[in-house]
Amino acid sequence: MGTTAENLADTATALAHGAIGGAIDPFTFRLAIFVLAIFVGYFVVWSVTPALHTPLMSVTNAISSVIVVGALLAVGVELAHDASWVSKLFGFIALVFASVNIFGGFLVTQRMLAMYKKKAPTK
Amino acid sequence: MIDANFAALLYLLSGVLFILALRGLSSPSSSRRGNLLGMVGMAIAIVTTLLVAAPGDWISWILILGGLGLGGGIGAFIARQVKMTDMPQLVAAFHSLVGLAAVFVAAAALYAPEAFEIGVPGAIHAQALIEMSIGVAIGAFTFTGSVIAFAKLNGNMSGKPIILPARHLIHIVLAIVLLALIWAFTVSAEPVLFWLITIVALVLGGLMIIPIGGADMPVVVSMLNSYSGWAAAGIGFTLGNTALIITGALVGSSGAILSYIMCKAMNRSFISVILGGFGGDASVSSGGAEEDRPVKQGAAEDAAFLMRNAGKVIIVPGYGMAVAQAQHALREMADLLKSAGVEVRYAIHPVAGRMPGHMNVLLAEANVPYDEVFELEDINSEFAQADVAFVIGANDVTNPAAKTDKTSPIYGMPVLNVEDAGTVLFIKRGMAAGYAGVQNELFFRDNTMMLFGDAKKVTEEIVKSLGH
Repeated sequence: MGTTAENLADTATALAHGAIGGAIDPFTFRLAIFVLAIFVGYFVVWSVTPALHTPLMSVTNAISSVIVVGALLAVGVELAHDASWVSKLFGFIALVFASVNIFGGFLVTQRMLAMYKKKAPTK
Repeated sequence: MIDANFAALLYLLSGVLFILALRGLSSPSSSRRGNLLGMVGMAIAIVTTLLVAAPGDWISWILILGGLGLGGGIGAFIARQVKMTDMPQLVAAFHSLVGLAAVFVAAAALYAPEAFEIGVPGAIHAQALIEMSIGVAIGAFTFTGSVIAFAKLNGNMSGKPIILPARHLIHIVLAIVLLALIWAFTVSAEPVLFWLITIVALVLGGLMIIPIGGADMPVVVSMLNSYSGWAAAGIGFTLGNTALIITGALVGSSGAILSYIMCKAMNRSFISVILGGFGGDASVSSGGAEEDRPVKQGAAEDAAFLMRNAGKVIIVPGYGMAVAQAQHALREMADLLKSAGVEVRYAIHPVAGRMPGHMNVLLAEANVPYDEVFELEDINSEFAQADVAFVIGANDVTNPAAKTDKTSPIYGMPVLNVEDAGTVLFIKRGMAAGYAGVQNELFFRDNTMMLFGDAKKVTEEIVKSLGH
């Protein structure tokens, strides 16, 4: 755990430095967010009870479909040149797939979670 | 309509809500609220995108609403219809869609880079090209890998590992070609190279999963879960979208942790699972001298009698229970036993079933309270105090050879100590060995009684005799 804390501290320092220095590529910030999110994911997922591992998979499925934002940008592209239509089409396909996943993933997770019940109080 | 900085904050908010959605899963009572937070996060991400990059023409709006409606309708329909026993297939199918969506988003970015602010057609930033090609490669790999996993789980394809000659060499060569193509694409930005990357990754994804056997599917499904996350993160970097980067990292590490847990539960290294070839046909090694040894066979009435007079019964469900859809009959049996004053508990091995947590969902579906269901570490010491261990559709996870026989392929795998119970009841269709192809020594013990037949039918017969 000690090294993890150090890593976090290092990344935070890098972030702070970036804020002062200014001229840092936005990529560095994204990478920092990415690395920190991996650590967050690591700790959060270990705390998930094994009984809920199947809902965990279906809900991660649903949230990874936030890739839909890319699809929306592509569908909404202005028709500036010939290739825009290609982009629009690809975007639409991605939009449909991602939507299947968003609705399917969240709803099936909800359906599963609704089934987990505690023991009824003994009469 | 809204300022880009404000939009970035909203994306961050939806990323945080996704973290809370996973956090909620630490206990069943908080999980439902967590799932709702996840939905809110998704809604925020979608609305923000529509506000910040509002399309100016009505065709785009029709396409967007139509796409959301079409996909959403299909998704909602599937979520409502799917049987709980089919969850592993469904999850594999969903992974393939994430992979495919990543491929198409990357392709769209290639043809209309200005919409993603990564350059103009023909002059996309090199950095965006790297991110894009990594995203598309992982996405394509995830797609075919998940399709193969789906086919194996759904029974469209044999669960047996299919071994191609020189497969390791083929994989390595393809992987090198893939890296070379990514490099070439980054330098030249040629669309042809983009599609070549996609094709090679598609082929590699399929070839990598084909040799992996059915029993290793929990690891494969978790691994593909992880990949779908990395693919999303790759695209997140291309778009510079915080929500997507955070989510990709979360999903990526989640899948990786699940694969690790599954591998540990089978005492196998991740590498050996990925290399494949394990878990042959159930009948391969079951022939031989051991087959001739006598087993004690019982009838449903005997089992009912034994359990009614027991103080404590531990039920060990396995994949066979899922196949036979025996969970409801099982719960009925447990209810009758409980009303007769017997203490009933369930013991779940981490790799029981075809995906992590598969058995828990099935038991929950049959209204088994989750506080009667225990994980391996929590219940293993209790078998010694149990009068009956009721093993339904499980085999390898109870095999004591894993503890004693160094030559056994499953040696070292953590197993449930069912042999410590007074009597072990095995509900099985026949004497066939388990997925690992190993004969179970327990079948021949004096305190074991075999009940041959379909898990559901046998359980129903027991319920009938308990009712008398």
